[in-house]
Amino acid sequence: MSKTLIIAEHDAHELNPSTAKCASCAAAIGQDYDVVVLGSGIDNIAGQAAAIDGVGTVHAIDAEHLASPLAANHAAEVCAMAEGYSHILGPSTTFGKDLMPRIAALLGVNQVSDIAAVTGPHDFKRPIYAGNAIVDVQPPQEVAVVATVRVASWPSAADGGDAAIEARAANATPCGHTRYVSLQSGGGERPDLQSANRVISGGRALASEENFELIYKLADLIGAGAGASRAAVDAGYVPNDLQVGQTGKIIAPDLYVAFGISGAIQHITGIKDAGTIVAVNKDADAPIFEIADIGLVGDLFTVIPEMMQLLE
Amino acid sequence: MRILVGIKRVVDYNVRIRVKPDGSGVDTDGVKMSINPFDEIGLEEALRIREAGRAEEVVVVSVGGDECQQQLRTGLAMGADRAIQVSTADSLQPLSLARVFLKLVEKEQPGLVILGKQAIDGDNSQTGQMLAALWDRPQATFASGLDLTGDTATVIREVDAGLETIEVDLPAVITVDLRLNEPRFVKLPDIMKAKRKPLDVIALDELGVSAENDIQVTQHTSPPQREKGILVEDAAQLVTELKNRGLV
Ligand SMILES: Cc1cc2nc3c(=O)[nH]c(=O)nc-3n(C[C@H](O)[C@H](O)[C@H](O)COP(=O)(O)OP(=O)(O)OC[C@H]3O[C@@H](n4cnc5c(N)ncnc54)[C@H](O)[C@@H]3O)c2cc1C
Ligand SMILES: Nc1ncnc2c1ncn2[C@@H]1O[C@H](COP(=O)(O)O)[C@@H](O)[C@H]1O
Repeated sequence: MSKTLIIAEHDAHELNPSTAKCASCAAAIGQDYDVVVLGSGIDNIAGQAAAIDGVGTVHAIDAEHLASPLAANHAAEVCAMAEGYSHILGPSTTFGKDLMPRIAALLGVNQVSDIAAVTGPHDFKRPIYAGNAIVDVQPPQEVAVVATVRVASWPSAADGGDAAIEARAANATPCGHTRYVSLQSGGGERPDLQSANRVISGGRALASEENFELIYKLADLIGAGAGASRAAVDAGYVPNDLQVGQTGKIIAPDLYVAFGISGAIQHITGIKDAGTIVAVNKDADAPIFEIADIGLVGDLFTVIPEMMQLLE
Repeated sequence: MRILVGIKRVVDYNVRIRVKPDGSGVDTDGVKMSINPFDEIGLEEALRIREAGRAEEVVVVSVGGDECQQQLRTGLAMGADRAIQVSTADSLQPLSLARVFLKLVEKEQPGLVILGKQAIDGDNSQTGQMLAALWDRPQATFASGLDLTGDTATVIREVDAGLETIEVDLPAVITVDLRLNEPRFVKLPDIMKAKRKPLDVIALDELGVSAENDIQVTQHTSPPQREKGILVEDAAQLVTELKNRGLV
């Protein structure tokens, strides 16, 4: 039977919103779908996955060596349970991008990266050239489809599911060659960039880590996530996890506000699916104005404090 | 130790590409071609490792038609010791590419294979992970820091949640991110010197790999373009506009 398996993403405390987005893609493929949660101490996560609408079974593989998301360990487990699944989906987050190609190679297939739309169970649309072209791709029917789901293209599947949870024993032995050391998390308490409804971003123009406080303050005032251009990250004003764009996060908030960002194609790639794009830039010729729904030619250092006063 | 570095010839990142009117592909006629930016960073890292005395040889590899020799020569001018072109008229999908690299790994016995985190044309981000799987060796993807001690590499990875550190035993596959280093500029005398460095050409079938491009690509289209919107005069108008649209 044709069935889809979704690899859950989580940080041991919470299921990542990317999993519910994969579920929307799975629903579009039109077959029954299950979720597998890999990790250590994951009862809570499995419960969250079971609540996603439409999920058939949640497989929970709980083992100490799965505590950190090392692709070599996770790929071996997924391959051990792959039989019976015609499609295996993971998110196009760094977690999925790291893991899914390893699974694909072990199963002997190419991966479909970044599914943006489904036109049939073996017929997908995906972006190439930083989103400047869209291609229709058809993976073969007779082997498993391994794919990443472009999370910015998909809504979160609703809650309300009540899937059965089945514990499974780990099958493969831990790989000895790769060891997890640590995670230095940049993120504070602000909404997660990839699921925030509103995002306030700053570019090179912010000119320092201290000045970036302006972006954070405005973001906090309206409950937005904070983002940045590559230039701002490279210069050390903000941690890397704030980067939006081709090599950062691809996001689709209802509102995206860019302060002092010129609008290079690699940045635009990351925000093309936003509902409304606002740009504030002191250069009237900045390319970002070509795609902004609302533009303001002005100095961000005066505009932001004025906005805050009006919004308070 | 030997380091293999993958180098893909791609449309330069500054070029605004266009889809051909008949949807058969992307127009690359007369367009500037370059080394995939991530691969340049990968090569720079390999050179720094050699310069620090931790590797003896850096070999650049490109899979493609003869035109990719241009990028291999640039790699030699940057400082690679020798180059290998795996010659094929087809553009290979990642699994076949990984099989090519595996064959070269068996021949060359490198301690490290350094690839880009993604090629900016196909944006696949698969080849390195696939090679690591087929080779049954560690992968450290999206590296922004790399430190070698003995037979292990400590790698800082750029992940969505921040910076992750992992330790891998060598040999291993590393895929590199933009913040790992800033590649050096090529100097004119180096371009002359590069002409005398060895560049071997191996046919794809000589390696016993066939181009199994099993994902069919049928149609290219241009993405929907966003329209230019309105301009407002000041912060007050901006806030009013946002409120009217129910966005704040
Ligand atoms: C392979 C590759 C991948 C890349 N990936 C990404 C990516 O994922 N994300 C990304 O963002 N970039 C990426 N880049 C980099 C990208 O090409 C640009 O260099 C970068 O986006 C520029 O950042 P910026 O707009 O902040 O800086 P700049 O281009 O320097 O623009 C700064 C802007 O601020 C304006 N300004 C200055 N002072 C003020 C002021 N006081 N008030 C208002 N406006 C002001 C200026 O007019 C200017 O338009 C990538 C590049 C490559 C080669
Ligand atoms: N034709 C090629 N020749 C050499 N290296 C390649 C080729 N294609 C991909 N690579 C390497 O694999 C990396 C990832 O490519 P991809 O999986 O296509 O995104 C690139 O950054 C290169 O280092």
